[in-house]
Amino acid sequence: MTAIAEPTAVRGRMRRQRLADALFRNTTRAFAIGVMALLFAVLGALLLGAMPAISAFGFSFLWTSAWNPVKSVFGALPAIYGTLVTSAIAMLLAVPVGLGIAMFLTELCPPWLRRPIGTLIELLAAIPSIIYGIWGLFVLAPVLQMTVQPFVVDTLGNIPLVGVLFAGPPLGLGVLTAGFILAVMVLPFVASVTRDVFQTVPAMLRESAYGMGATTAEVVRRIVLPYTRVGVVGGIMLGLGRALGETMAVTFVIGNAHRVSASLLAPGTTISATLANEFTEAVGDLYAPALIELGLILFVITFIVLAAAKLLLLRLESRDAK
Amino acid sequence: MTLYGRRRLTNAVILALSFVATAMGLLVLFLILGTLLVHGVPALGTALFTQITPPPGGRGGLANAIYGSVVMTVVATLAGTPVGVLTGTYLAEFGRGSAIASVVRFINDILLSAPSIVIGLFVYEVMVVPMGHFSAWAGAVSLAIIVVPVVVRTTENMLLLVPAGLREAATALGAPRWKVIVAVIYRAALQGMLTGVMLAVARIAGETAPLLFTALNNQFFSPNMNAPMANLPVVIFQFAMSPYADWQLLAWAGALLITVAILVLNVLARWIASRSIATQ
Repeated sequence: MTAIAEPTAVRGRMRRQRLADALFRNTTRAFAIGVMALLFAVLGALLLGAMPAISAFGFSFLWTSAWNPVKSVFGALPAIYGTLVTSAIAMLLAVPVGLGIAMFLTELCPPWLRRPIGTLIELLAAIPSIIYGIWGLFVLAPVLQMTVQPFVVDTLGNIPLVGVLFAGPPLGLGVLTAGFILAVMVLPFVASVTRDVFQTVPAMLRESAYGMGATTAEVVRRIVLPYTRVGVVGGIMLGLGRALGETMAVTFVIGNAHRVSASLLAPGTTISATLANEFTEAVGDLYAPALIELGLILFVITFIVLAAAKLLLLRLESRDAK
Repeated sequence: MTLYGRRRLTNAVILALSFVATAMGLLVLFLILGTLLVHGVPALGTALFTQITPPPGGRGGLANAIYGSVVMTVVATLAGTPVGVLTGTYLAEFGRGSAIASVVRFINDILLSAPSIVIGLFVYEVMVVPMGHFSAWAGAVSLAIIVVPVVVRTTENMLLLVPAGLREAATALGAPRWKVIVAVIYRAALQGMLTGVMLAVARIAGETAPLLFTALNNQFFSPNMNAPMANLPVVIFQFAMSPYADWQLLAWAGALLITVAILVLNVLARWIASRSIATQ
């Protein structure tokens, strides 16, 4: 009897296990699809929330600069301009320094120091945005106001054409200070991605160049950088994506003024700073939708930048796999 | 100058610049930590943990904000971690090479860097507007959305590190797939997955932007998850931007608390991760 009973029991258990397997696999897949759907849900919700503003202002929202909650007239230009300019300043400062750090860590640093220094640089990325903001407001802004800004006003401010960028009184708070803070914040991202891609250069290539008598600087410029170009650009774009969406630090130091000023020393605003400052106080039929449309614009810009970064890094990966 | 001399000079200059760049990066880190210590330490004391946020000019602490931050961080982690682990499991175990998996991986990496203020707007639209009021639940949900991509990423990476031999051995013993994953793979990758969760907690502990439109803030102690709740980041934001010296002092104290907690979590997570790789 047992000889017959056993197979059915086993078969029953097998069926249960197969059922459990299918259940487990489909549950994990459902969650994966859920994560994917999240992105579209964010996009959809923002689009829906912004609809009143989109239909009221149309595309002119993008290039008008009025921002008048009382009259319900809104234009995104100052915020978009501020977002792009602060991010540009940040990248201008962070990219050379980040490349320098990556070069130091891969070529110059004694091996036993690599991990500790790399970790310390990465810890810069762990410090929350709000801490950068309070530090920028109370420490960096006064320092810039006393030293760097009067200096650039006196020197660069007198050069024709460029001078416009550095005109006006040194207020401490403004677009330039926001760019400085953002530079510090994206530095660890640029540095660590660049270091990681620098390490993918085959030792053979590097050593061949050294063997032919190249100096360290020449190896980095002529071997490492050309080999890792795609990855370095990917790392920079990743940093840019962070800089564009950064909120709290910028809100503290940019001065929050809805206008497009030629001078980098003047106060301005960014998309995220406008949202942080005004959203909870937005009353009226168009105020909140206009702010949500700003959020939508920010999301679309960062999506494009991050997607481009990811594609570049993927290209590097697939090349390495070959 | 000879060509050789010029090349050596260029090299020396560039190497010096790279050294200076690294020194600058480290300097900024120590400057920030130093400032926090200088301003924050004088404000530390038992009142910070026992009294609630004061009105301007009054005496008080950050007890309600600390409570709110801890509660929302815990709820967000508890909600976000299972979603992240299951998604990561799909990517590493079932979806290898499939089109869905690569799309999910791509989108997850974008969510990982997406501006957190947009997440706040999203949760405002889908939770605060329908409910009609700000609430700690909405705050926790927006933080959970930030937890998910971090956990997905580390879970997938850690599961991929588990040697294929373990999977094959367990399967050869007749274990069904789910049992292989839950009882063998998860156990082997546990330390790494824990690191991911710790990094996620560190990430959300200081997040301010998504809480502005969701949990808002509360001047009083309120354990009600269905009402606005005080939390450290938003209190720091409000107090630091205020003109009152005693509020600013509390902001520095809060900033010090958050930063120390986050750095400790980060260093601990890295230490666990390096140990788990070393033992494999």
